[in-house]
Amino acid sequence: MSNVPTDLKYAKSHEWVRITGDTAVIGITDHAQHELTDVVFVELPAAGRQVKAGEACAVVESVKTASDIYSPVGGEVVETNKAVADNPALVNTAPYGDGWFYKIKLTNPSDLDALLSPEAYSKQIGG
Amino acid sequence: MLKRTALFSAHQKLGARLVDFGGWEMPVQYSSIVEEHLAVRQAAGIFDISHMGELTVSGPAACDFLNHVLTNDVSKLAEGQGHYTLLCNERGGVVDAVSVFRLSEEVYLLVINAARIEADVAWMKSQAGAFPRKDRLIVNDASENYSAVAVQGPKVTGFIGNCLQGQSQSGVRDVHVTELKKNEIGVFEFQGANVFASRTGYTGEDGFEIIGRADSIQTLWDELLAAGKPHGCLPCGLGARDTLRTEMCYPLYGHELDEETTPLEAGLGFFVAMDKSEFVGKSALVKQKQEGIRKKLVAFTMTGKTPPPRPHYDIWSTGEGYSKVGQVVSGTQSPSLNLGIGMGYVTPDLAKPKTELFIDVRGRRFPALAVSRPIYKKS
Repeated sequence: MSNVPTDLKYAKSHEWVRITGDTAVIGITDHAQHELTDVVFVELPAAGRQVKAGEACAVVESVKTASDIYSPVGGEVVETNKAVADNPALVNTAPYGDGWFYKIKLTNPSDLDALLSPEAYSKQIGG
Repeated sequence: MLKRTALFSAHQKLGARLVDFGGWEMPVQYSSIVEEHLAVRQAAGIFDISHMGELTVSGPAACDFLNHVLTNDVSKLAEGQGHYTLLCNERGGVVDAVSVFRLSEEVYLLVINAARIEADVAWMKSQAGAFPRKDRLIVNDASENYSAVAVQGPKVTGFIGNCLQGQSQSGVRDVHVTELKKNEIGVFEFQGANVFASRTGYTGEDGFEIIGRADSIQTLWDELLAAGKPHGCLPCGLGARDTLRTEMCYPLYGHELDEETTPLEAGLGFFVAMDKSEFVGKSALVKQKQEGIRKKLVAFTMTGKTPPPRPHYDIWSTGEGYSKVGQVVSGTQSPSLNLGIGMGYVTPDLAKPKTELFIDVRGRRFPALAVSRPIYKKS
């Protein structure tokens, strides 16, 4: 049974978003890391990059495949998680904690309206 | 509709993730590819290989016929011995890579790739039809009759004898299963039926492959899992099978091998008996040996922390400015080395160990080093 914290918003493509003021922290969900298993490499967007909501901007690689990560919200990437780049297994062990991917300064707060609630995301993954 | 093996419900019960593999619904992993891989390297693992095909070739002309269609010298096999060999076309291209065992004087068993069963059977039957002594020969596709498991790893000899008891009755005779030597096969009684057990595998570890009727293999799967559990034996999927064989540089059909690639290019010259009088593909291979090969399989490891290489990624070289020199055919993150590893085809000069190569991953070139095979060397 996957963990779906109630204080986050979710994208259908299995990313989570934590909002603090006009900044959003982005990572992938417990369900996603469980599906991927054994994350061996994480490629993050460069700080300063402008991304659109729904744009592929990171890659997470398991032993078997490479998967694109889509930014759930648009804006400027202000910080990336060096710890997860150095130790990709954090995605598996702490998907909502030390395994976060990047922080983004929101351009358009209404992007958040398109995201799923924890209940809706749980339903999508069959929880 | 995907085909299912006799162990399908066992996989479901174990919570396996199932994928389409050459038309078969097969487990890619149960827990994690890394965990399963390391279990095989350090303890033991059990694989469903029922999707693989089995052919029997029998009759007074069987040996001569097999020596005509296979590259290795079948006449060197004593009863109960087997070896790795190739089925080539007239151009020297590989139709399949197979294991052949001499079960008795005039009976041979070939274990063939799942995705190549139809192609191999068609090829063997057409070759048999054109063989001068075709009436002294029977080629039979027995794939539907058999299921199979592979049990692999350094701890396997500690428990396989609990499941396969008694002594072999044919193939190699009168030995206990753990007394089989590498590449030997014996027939053992298991719960009132016969199974073939050979000391072979596709992982680089000691181990056995066991072929039998569906009901025998279903029971054996459960018994091996139970007997192996205290030794750390895990059920393993095709994901670990692929990382294990890639570390050993064992070729996989459709990756390292196809009908346009010769054994010489794939670095499998050892399994081609050029001293045999004749065999299908020999003249093309002799010519290629004289003229030199144009592409060669290279094994490589990535340098430092990089994304894992994958099939179809481009291989680049420096030299006089960067240029594209080939393509990756197999690539993954090595669980044993914790490093990206792979194989690909390049010109022979670039296949030499210590040659610096670059792998293009999503438009960025990451450094790699050509290495001698196998990539994973046991300490």
